[in-house]
Amino acid sequence: MNFLAIIGRVVLALLAEIGRLSLFIWQSVSHIFRPPFFWRLVAQQMMRIGYFSLPVVALTAFFTGGALALQIYYGGNEFNSESIVATIVALGITRELGPVLGGLMVAGRVSAAIAAELGTMRVTEQIDALTTLSTNPYKYLVVPRVVAAVLTLPLLVFVADIIGIMGGFVVGTTTLDFNAGVYIKNTVDFLKFDDVMSGLIKAGVFGFIIAIMGCFHGFHSKGGAQGVGRATTNAVVSASILILAANYVMTSLLFAN
Amino acid sequence: MSDAKIELRNVHKRFGSKVVLDGINLTVPKGQSLVVIGGSGTGKSVMIKCVLGIIRPDRGEIFVDGKNVLKMDSGQREAVLRKFGMLFQGAALFDSLAVWENVAFGLIQGRRMKRKAAKDIAIEKLAKVGLGPEVGELYPAELSGGMQKRVGLARAIAADPEIIFFDEPTTGLDPITADVINELIVDRVKDLGATTLSITHDMSSVRKIADRVAMIYKGKIIWEGPRDRIDDSGNDYVDQFIHGRAEGPIGMDVLKP
Repeated sequence: MNFLAIIGRVVLALLAEIGRLSLFIWQSVSHIFRPPFFWRLVAQQMMRIGYFSLPVVALTAFFTGGALALQIYYGGNEFNSESIVATIVALGITRELGPVLGGLMVAGRVSAAIAAELGTMRVTEQIDALTTLSTNPYKYLVVPRVVAAVLTLPLLVFVADIIGIMGGFVVGTTTLDFNAGVYIKNTVDFLKFDDVMSGLIKAGVFGFIIAIMGCFHGFHSKGGAQGVGRATTNAVVSASILILAANYVMTSLLFAN
Repeated sequence: MSDAKIELRNVHKRFGSKVVLDGINLTVPKGQSLVVIGGSGTGKSVMIKCVLGIIRPDRGEIFVDGKNVLKMDSGQREAVLRKFGMLFQGAALFDSLAVWENVAFGLIQGRRMKRKAAKDIAIEKLAKVGLGPEVGELYPAELSGGMQKRVGLARAIAADPEIIFFDEPTTGLDPITADVINELIVDRVKDLGATTLSITHDMSSVRKIADRVAMIYKGKIIWEGPRDRIDDSGNDYVDQFIHGRAEGPIGMDVLKP
């Protein structure tokens, strides 16, 4: 009996949270398309979310591309490894690793920052103050972050694609003694527009997840410093899990045929 | 009835199983200053947030200028909110913005005023709370608690509101600074001819700024009367509160050693 009560409580809490999140997303999205628009804030957030994430994402992509090249070489050197390494690095980076690892790194950096900032604004009543100054907090705080993340994540991942492939190229031509011209030719020949595009679409969705989870947990944080800390952790964890889950769903949809 | 600026009728609010507001009835006459006193956790802040629409009550009606704000759509609500100004307990200044931008926030974001014109008004309002134009260029973190409260007051009066709410305006200030803030509140409210609703547990603040006093206890208004009557209210709860006695009808949930 007691055990059933615990299950019931957990399920109810989960459903309540899903309900709150759905309402939050609905509120936020509906405000994206209604004036007034805060373009200055969008630009400012694009700088913070996109531009300042470049080093993190670039380094991640470079080392991932390099490690990928090594793994493929060690795993399959009986075949004509020179062409296989280039092709698999290009496909792996653009389709999966670029968007997913880029998304996870930005989730750690940006979701946490958003949750901490909005969480602090919540507990110091700054979000309530916005309302009393005839400014809708969704419009002023949530929309610029969501729009900026959705727009900049694909750009970031595009950069990550290039640098990731370059990482593979550097390892391939130095450690593995491949011919540079052949490596580039193999990359260009096998990489299709759809491969890159699918990764960029994923990136846009990940951007939405990152910003929404940061804002949601920040908005609903309570109870001072500890509450803000909890909101930050929850934002990063939930954004990361949702990114991985959404990635699976999108891979199965985009590459179904 | 006709001269009531704000009227709460039978307002209820509970969070989970905790009843916070248990049928509040309160009227603030036009042009008067009503101060609500009560201990911590008696629902004072929740009551103000219900009027502002930040928290939605479970039951009851709230009228501003004779119109039920709980039955309004978001557009009408925003129009009503333009009549309000509020000074928050912790001042709730936006720490990413300079002081003058804080003061001008409602004018720039809420009313789409040009930044130049809004800055002029902000400087003028800062002068009214005794701060020079050079303070306008500082950031909230660089100010003392008393100065932050002054800036919060300047922000609350920036758009010449008809109604101003004060949430514990003197909490956390030394007695002299508290008195300065009280005097500023009285003067500025007189300038504007505004109706005010304040919540506090600072009795010297009550004696300075109140026309009428109401006492809230366990989510209900248990006494209301003009300021001069608080010393002979004939109400044991009020007596205990204004004299700050531990013994009396208001039992504190403190474990005696």
